[in-house]
Amino acid sequence: MILMPEPDAATLARRAEIVADLRAIVPGEGVIESEQERRAYECDALTAYRQLPLVVVLPETTRQVVEVLRYCQARTLKVVPRGAGTSLSGGALPLADAVLLGMGKFKRILEIDAANRCVVAQPGVTNLGISQAVQGLGLYYAPDPSSQIACTIGGNVAENSGGVHCLKYGLTTNNVIGVEFVTIEGEVIRLGGKHFDAGGYDLLGVLVGSEGLLGIVTEVTVRVLPTPPGARALLIGFPTMQGAGDCVAAVIGAGVIPGGMEIMDRLAIEAAEAFVHAGYPLDVEALLIVELDGCAAEVDHLIARVEAIARAYGATTCRASQSEAERLLFWAGRKAAFPAVGRISPDYMCMDGTIPRKEIGSVLLRMKQMEEKHGLRVANVFHAGDGNLHPLILFDANISGELQRAEDFGHDILRLCVEVGGVLTGEHGVGVEKRDLMDAMFNEVDLAQQQRLKCAFDASGLLNPGKVFPQLCRCAELGRMHVHAGRLRFPDLPRF
Amino acid sequence: MALYRPADEKEIAELVATCAAQPETLEIFAGASKRAFGRPVAADHQLDLSRLAGVIAYEAAELVLTARPATPLQTIKQVLREQGQMLAFEPPSWRDLLQTQAQPTDSPAQPTGYSAQPTVGGVLSCNLSGPRRVRAGAARDFFLGFSAVNGRGELFKAGGKVVKNVTGFDLSKLLAGSFGTLAILTEVTLKVMPRPETETTLLLRGLDDAGAIDAMARALNTPFEVSGVAHLPAAVAGRVLEDGAATALRLEGPSPSVAFRAGEIARMFGGATRLDGEASARLWRDIGEVRALLPQGAALVWRLCPTPGEAAALVAALRAALSSAEAFYDWGGGLVWLSLDAEEAGVDGGASAVRSAMRTAGGHATLIVAPESMRAAVDVFEPPPPALRALSARVKANFDPLGLFNPGRMGGGA
Repeated sequence: MILMPEPDAATLARRAEIVADLRAIVPGEGVIESEQERRAYECDALTAYRQLPLVVVLPETTRQVVEVLRYCQARTLKVVPRGAGTSLSGGALPLADAVLLGMGKFKRILEIDAANRCVVAQPGVTNLGISQAVQGLGLYYAPDPSSQIACTIGGNVAENSGGVHCLKYGLTTNNVIGVEFVTIEGEVIRLGGKHFDAGGYDLLGVLVGSEGLLGIVTEVTVRVLPTPPGARALLIGFPTMQGAGDCVAAVIGAGVIPGGMEIMDRLAIEAAEAFVHAGYPLDVEALLIVELDGCAAEVDHLIARVEAIARAYGATTCRASQSEAERLLFWAGRKAAFPAVGRISPDYMCMDGTIPRKEIGSVLLRMKQMEEKHGLRVANVFHAGDGNLHPLILFDANISGELQRAEDFGHDILRLCVEVGGVLTGEHGVGVEKRDLMDAMFNEVDLAQQQRLKCAFDASGLLNPGKVFPQLCRCAELGRMHVHAGRLRFPDLPRF
Repeated sequence: MALYRPADEKEIAELVATCAAQPETLEIFAGASKRAFGRPVAADHQLDLSRLAGVIAYEAAELVLTARPATPLQTIKQVLREQGQMLAFEPPSWRDLLQTQAQPTDSPAQPTGYSAQPTVGGVLSCNLSGPRRVRAGAARDFFLGFSAVNGRGELFKAGGKVVKNVTGFDLSKLLAGSFGTLAILTEVTLKVMPRPETETTLLLRGLDDAGAIDAMARALNTPFEVSGVAHLPAAVAGRVLEDGAATALRLEGPSPSVAFRAGEIARMFGGATRLDGEASARLWRDIGEVRALLPQGAALVWRLCPTPGEAAALVAALRAALSSAEAFYDWGGGLVWLSLDAEEAGVDGGASAVRSAMRTAGGHATLIVAPESMRAAVDVFEPPPPALRALSARVKANFDPLGLFNPGRMGGGA
């Protein structure tokens, strides 16, 4: 288990006073104190980790956010931000001595601006809610994490969320064009807007994906796109995972960027087929779903091209959707893969590394070999187009030691991702889950530089401590310069 | 003043550590082609990164390219073209735009032997994007990871070498557009994309500015994936195209798709003339290189990024305030190039008129072409509000605590 910072006893002792003070800022039901009600906030979607928060505060206005943060800063109180609590990495895991700041009441869409193809929304609006709000205008918001019914745009900004359409349409960071946020000191800062790019340092670019460590977002402006006129999908079966991986590389190498490109392995195929009966072939080792979107002239042209590539790479089955209903059926199994795996195992843990696509075959082979070492099975479902793996490690938390074995297995998988040139997380974030693996990817200097950025935003380290970075560093130490008194050296360099 | 030409990141780290001990400041460049972009730098020494050049790794099927920062942009483009790929953000060179300005008389001695070639590190440091930015995103959107030396002389890395990554803070975004004021890049990794098979451009003729902004928004709101959206008013169109005002809409992709989409859009506007293949490519190169405002002689050039729908009103307000104002639009109005006669613009280069008009339109404005003395005296970049300025200054201090790198280049807390 990953250890969180020791709670501060003095803060715990002051709990009643803190609750009273927060009630003066956010009246009525906006401050949640009872243990029973706090229980609802004790974890996010990384359910293996649970902790009752000190108190939950649910502000409704930017003004209240400012006052809550000023209060916390003045009293040296830690703050854990939370959207819908769908983080898979424990980004919203409470701390016993921290105020949990829920943004769920910021639910309004503030402006729909079709002429400038953008929507201004409060952070508690759901991801899907944005697309629904502009559906009638023929527009949609492109990033579509699988939790899109529930997850909020504010949480998407914090986690830089992805989805199946990232390869073609980008992650959250490529689709958010402006934010208003509040610093821990209570300063309200606007970055970007409806215009392209921004002057000065791209602080919007670092705020997106900062996992609640830099500020509290109170308003988001996103780019919305015209809805593609149509889409068709191909369901392609391969006798080997290597064949499927090679086919993915060949499709991209041929200049085709599909709207979505997903692979499932045998265990995931079987689980999904048993659950939703999507008509998946059961005699293949890997199933590839390729979706092409756009106008019919383009989609039909590219479907034929991808089909030819698939056959050349040894596909044993290849079906193109002939109707919208059939396309949705092809996806039904993939979209239900996680719950389907939940039916065949009491618990599962979802990993999220990204690897170079060419390594797909070899990494999956090594993962199979690791199953033996850890005595656990793994089902694989992943965004093949961008090499983003989602190995699902099956375990039973009621069997003593299995959770630990599953975590160890997960860590081995993520180390393998880094070893082959990939990264620890493609879209779920570091949070608590991958925090202690950061040193597999970054050395001390790399991590210190990232933490110095944190110091520029939150010098006292009060925002979401214990997440992302394996060690809490003091900004005063990080800021110290060790300069040797020296002379200008470099005698060997040519000069003019 | 010395000119340093380190061979690798180790020598850079050592040099920075040495400079920190003095402390002595550095002006950092490679091709030095963007030296006239931004505020002039007054530094103790010059650091030429030219020896850190070359593509390190490129695999087309991975859509990822890693290169040394001083690799010429031309080399990168050529390597990608051989595999049917490209930099989707279409970086311009601005060679002619930046060369036209009067040579500075009050600058330190020009370094000799630099190439004046745009480099990949320079493009990223300036976050330079061309016409396709409206659809594909900016340079920052394709910047996946890097290695660099900070102001403490420490070599560090951030981001990754795969297309999808959220591990740690996204420092690549921060380095993009930081004009070398935060760290010295030693290696960069970019996401690359397939080149479209074909392109065609539809021209709508004779629209006024407001009509063109409206037409461009309509085109962008179709699902036909328009990848270039520009308007050249009659007064400037002649430098690039014949026959007066032109609103240009570019379509790219497989030929059956381009043919269909071009037909649909032409029908929507009741007909359009077409530029195919090289003629289309040349038009968009000219737009990216701002040729509709060249040669501008004694003119100053501003680059405005307003809310796209406000662009025509913005230009009308500027024309009312300054009779010499000439402008054209890219990014569907999201980018306005403006030239002003230097004499009419006055000592502030038109900054007060431009910034006051921008406050109504929303967005930001940058003075691109102006004599060095003017770029030193006025805010070249949009001045940030106080809280943002203070935050930017803290960010700078946490990368380059002694202010060694490109002092003064950005202003505004940077």
